[in-house]
Amino acid sequence: MTSSPHSPTAVPRIAPDVPARAGAGLKAEHVAEILDTRPAIGFFEVHAENYMGGGGAPHRQLQAIRRDYPLSLHGVGLSIGGDGPLDRDHLQRLQALNTRYEPGLFSEHLAWSTHDTTYYNDLLPVPYTQVTLQRVCDHIDEVQEVMGRRMLLENPSTYVAFDRSTMGELDFLREITRRTGCGLLLDVNNVHVSCVNHQSSAEAYIEAFPMEAVGELHLGGHAPDTDDDGRPLLIDAHDRAVDATVWKLYERVLKRTGPLPTLIEWDNDVPAWPVLQSQAQAADRILERVTGVELKRAI
Amino acid sequence: MRSDTDACRTMSSFSAALTDADLPVPDGVVGPDGKPAPKRFNVYRNNVIVSLTEALAQTYPAIERLLGEDYFKALARSFVTEHPPTSPVLLWYGAEFPDFIETFPPLRHYPYLADVARLEWAWLQAYHAEDAEPLDPQVLGSVSPERVADVRFTIHPAASCISSRWPVFSIALANRFCLEDPPAIDLEQSESVLVARPDLEVGLHPMRPGADLFFRALETHTLQEAANKALAEISEFDLSGCLSDFLSVGAFSGLGPVGAPADRST
Repeated sequence: MTSSPHSPTAVPRIAPDVPARAGAGLKAEHVAEILDTRPAIGFFEVHAENYMGGGGAPHRQLQAIRRDYPLSLHGVGLSIGGDGPLDRDHLQRLQALNTRYEPGLFSEHLAWSTHDTTYYNDLLPVPYTQVTLQRVCDHIDEVQEVMGRRMLLENPSTYVAFDRSTMGELDFLREITRRTGCGLLLDVNNVHVSCVNHQSSAEAYIEAFPMEAVGELHLGGHAPDTDDDGRPLLIDAHDRAVDATVWKLYERVLKRTGPLPTLIEWDNDVPAWPVLQSQAQAADRILERVTGVELKRAI
Repeated sequence: MRSDTDACRTMSSFSAALTDADLPVPDGVVGPDGKPAPKRFNVYRNNVIVSLTEALAQTYPAIERLLGEDYFKALARSFVTEHPPTSPVLLWYGAEFPDFIETFPPLRHYPYLADVARLEWAWLQAYHAEDAEPLDPQVLGSVSPERVADVRFTIHPAASCISSRWPVFSIALANRFCLEDPPAIDLEQSESVLVARPDLEVGLHPMRPGADLFFRALETHTLQEAANKALAEISEFDLSGCLSDFLSVGAFSGLGPVGAPADRST
């Protein structure tokens, strides 16, 4: 007998732990094919805000995915770097998803997106000062307390800097992990984008990154542009395959960290599922080669 | 150490300039050489306007098709500036768009657009509504005949209706679902639409005369009272036809206690 579509509770699930291998961002246009073919992939990651409606297809699909795959929950709207208090209602919505879907990982961004009452739907840059540091730490403490779990904070991709910043990004991130105990999500594409944009060395950034705190890696595509003076400006567009330079940086990261859950992000101009899956397979192959770990072929 | 006020001022001027291209790039926002970098700042401006325009286009595809992509973008830009989101949950963004369209002076010669937008908003609300089993018609059949008149229905959480003096159903079919052979659109015709989602798929159902009055009255009245209200306005009101339509498309999720106002929650 098939269960009633209206009884979503008591779904048998595999364990929440996200394995140290590649996963993919879950896109609505791929869900039917994924549920049909049950591809061998480490995990799926979803943007939490897409699952904050009451019911319907998005939740039904995510329940079906979660039955067979570990899940990573990635918030994009909490505005942890904002200068106002966190939106308590939004935090409760995140906690509700956390309880309902038991994700193995939960992450958010070192960025702000809300000011006063307006939500800008972009990950906006934070000046790095003692004042903003304390505010970000207070917000992370609040998140970890309400959700009852450790969160991962993602390094940003940025296009501008603030002349009032008094700390470097790495010192800022390191101090956050020290004060709050949170982990870090190292987005390797963001490292490349930011370092090109600020004319600094991505290799040096990775060399100095506090890898002991990293719980997940992100890989994604970016779009090339130029700035006011004709210098290269990379846009964190998630609209294409992972760039060759970013794959090289990924290898460099893995040499320092060993195997870690690695997400392929592709959110705009989303390709057919096999194209996204092949990016995840490419990450798995690099991870095996660099770390010497042999991955199981099936989930 | 810089003061807290300094950091707040940075974010205030940064955010104000995001949605107002006439404002200068905020002080202290610089490129790698420490100089002001307007083109770099414009990446953020562009991200905000493009992503919110896309969110509106996803919710209002028929409006985008009716206006064309370029006009829609310009309209969305005006809307985003006046009504930026107030929640990080973009599923809920754009509730004011139909009213904005209705009062947007350049669109005054297209008075049906606002109701088409209202129908698209209702579609989105149905899509994301709480799940609930639709009322089994047999449950109504099992109510004793002398009590049927006093029955109250619980409206299904995904069900709503849009009344219009314009042919919104036909316009939506032609422009949202892009049917190959859409019905001819007669702008003299009024159409009302029942939006329902008994399981996962949102259905749009054209309504009989008076059915929209009846449906709304059922939210707070008994079957008999609601039927009387519809009959008072529409002489050809067909009670059994309407009731059968509502039951077959999943407009109800249960029967309320006889004599008490129905509980809309699930």
